[in-house]
Amino acid sequence: MSEDKTLTSAQRDNLRAVAAMIIPASSEYKVPGADDAAVQADIIATLGRDTALVSAALDHLARLAGKPLSELDAERREVVAKEFRASGGAPAATLTRVVLQCYYRDDRVLRSLGLELRPPFPQGYVLEQGDWSLLDLVKKRAPTLRRAD
Amino acid sequence: MNEPVDVLIIGAGASGAAVAWSLADTKMHILCLEQGDWMNSSKYPSTGRDWEAKFYGDWSTSPNIRGRPEDYPINDDNSPIKVVNFNGVGGSTVMYTAHWPRLHPSDFKVKTLDGVADDWPVDYDALTPFFEENDRMMGVSGLSGDPLSPLTHPPMPPQPLGLSGPLIGKAMNKLGWHWWPSDTTVATMDYEGRGRCINLGHCTPACAQGAKASTDITYWPHAIRAGVELKTHCRVREITTNEDGMATGVIYYDKDGVEQFQGAEVVIIACNGVGTPRLLLNSASGRFPNGLANSSGLVGRNLMFHPYAQIYGFVKEPTDSNRAPPTCLWSKEFYDTDLSRGFVRGYGIQFGRGAGPVFEAVASEQKGILPWGADHHRVFRKLNGHRLAVSAICEDLPEEHNRVTLDPVRKDSHGIPAPKIDYTISENSRKMMNHGLARGREILETAGATDICSNNPIPWGGWHLLGTARMGTDPERSVVNEWGRSHDVKNLFIVDGSVFVTSGGVNPTSTIQAIALYIADQMKQRLANLFD
Repeated sequence: MSEDKTLTSAQRDNLRAVAAMIIPASSEYKVPGADDAAVQADIIATLGRDTALVSAALDHLARLAGKPLSELDAERREVVAKEFRASGGAPAATLTRVVLQCYYRDDRVLRSLGLELRPPFPQGYVLEQGDWSLLDLVKKRAPTLRRAD
Repeated sequence: MNEPVDVLIIGAGASGAAVAWSLADTKMHILCLEQGDWMNSSKYPSTGRDWEAKFYGDWSTSPNIRGRPEDYPINDDNSPIKVVNFNGVGGSTVMYTAHWPRLHPSDFKVKTLDGVADDWPVDYDALTPFFEENDRMMGVSGLSGDPLSPLTHPPMPPQPLGLSGPLIGKAMNKLGWHWWPSDTTVATMDYEGRGRCINLGHCTPACAQGAKASTDITYWPHAIRAGVELKTHCRVREITTNEDGMATGVIYYDKDGVEQFQGAEVVIIACNGVGTPRLLLNSASGRFPNGLANSSGLVGRNLMFHPYAQIYGFVKEPTDSNRAPPTCLWSKEFYDTDLSRGFVRGYGIQFGRGAGPVFEAVASEQKGILPWGADHHRVFRKLNGHRLAVSAICEDLPEEHNRVTLDPVRKDSHGIPAPKIDYTISENSRKMMNHGLARGREILETAGATDICSNNPIPWGGWHLLGTARMGTDPERSVVNEWGRSHDVKNLFIVDGSVFVTSGGVNPTSTIQAIALYIADQMKQRLANLFD
């Protein structure tokens, strides 16, 4: 499969459904699920080199489900998801990873986690010095550097 | 037709840069050919919101995953530890953690002390001035006076302990075990044109601030100002020789893919412990049917990684997460041989401060501690920003069956045969790794960590590529002599990690560069009779 192959409509439907199983929306934490339209759009737009493996994972998922994942009842979906994770290998791991990497850079999610909505550079972060007196105990150790002579 | 040069260096990474800079004061015509390009720090991952995702693709540590045009494929299917590296001006110093220990004096005398492997033909004392010079050139931060490490004089103060350091320090103090702030090549103050560290956190895949030393911003500007010429996008295919068995130059492909010949009086290889044997084996000819400089049959053999046994867990207190350089402390508590542990030699420990949210989510999901479904959010908040890691960096002893050969099928984008790795973890290393994991668990549990997981070994942990063209005084048992010159080809030198006789239990780049400077110094002292 080529890198620029895009996902079919059926594959996108299953991607959305499995993403919701990985990370459902939460009113408690005030975050969307990974099936959220913006997260899904980010996934599709940035699949790039992962397209082939994600496509393979979705094909595997479709075979296990036998019909669109969203049409399965909850219990059957869980069984399929469990089998998908157990037998999906690198494609399943890649699919899960692309869902997670797009979800955990979404503004709403980062805000909920108390993280800043920016790249590390150029602002960076402040790092406190910490308690250097903890090292006093080690400084009292006698120097022991093994030598051959 | 390229004008012949006095000295041709192959590879612009850690050792190539150091040797180029050192030799520059001879005023010889020095040319370095580098298969990659100059780096552009404005494109480094930490400049974008997708900084973590890039680690899984274009900025992966694995050349096989990264697959940039500058990279060459490596068949490491037959190795539990996968090779990681970077190709470009600066080499793998562009993409490393900047952890900066040195080999210990005892590491050069393992046969004498412990009856295993071989002693080096050089000792720590001979390298001491070059360690010091290299620390100044690379710009090292740290705290002098570690009672269990060689004495160093870092020109900059150590990194702050942050949130994670005291958690580790308290646990180590409770256990009565040694710990100390790491020497690192992260600038903690403005240094030689480099900005001080601003805690971008994502140090390994290149530092956008330029606080982390990589040779493209340390040695190379000095070397080029001193007259060294550096050509990028030039991939060397083979070293050529004449009827006298001397190197005459190299055949390489230029940036347009055109085959070129570059003549040279002296050829220096600085391609790392995989790239160097690959080049020597690809330079086989009628005169050297088993590969160049390979009369000993040891080119490519004795490959040493450092098997990393990593264990990590999650504490209640917040850790530094991705808001600090990833490593800050080391321990040498288990560095020296204690046969009661069931293995010979030992390991260093490096501590990890934490990870960013994407890395945490991906790693924890893969380990099965971050669930799918409704409980995902609660568990993620318990894990994210609470990770502490302990990694035992185990001394791998040389074994001839661990080796680099040429892959019969795979080739790089220029059609040059790719390297193939055959490697197994020895019983001694395995015992050492298990010991490290057990001690790591004690440390983490003492720090109050739960949800403890391990990677034994870290699979994509083949950073340190050592031993495949070892140095020695006996031409039948080594590839280069005690000052880096090939026993077989009198104008061919090797200056990278290939020449290591043993690996020690620490990250090797400081020692690799000290050896490169030492070899350059030896060459300068012998210019009048360099080929005798």
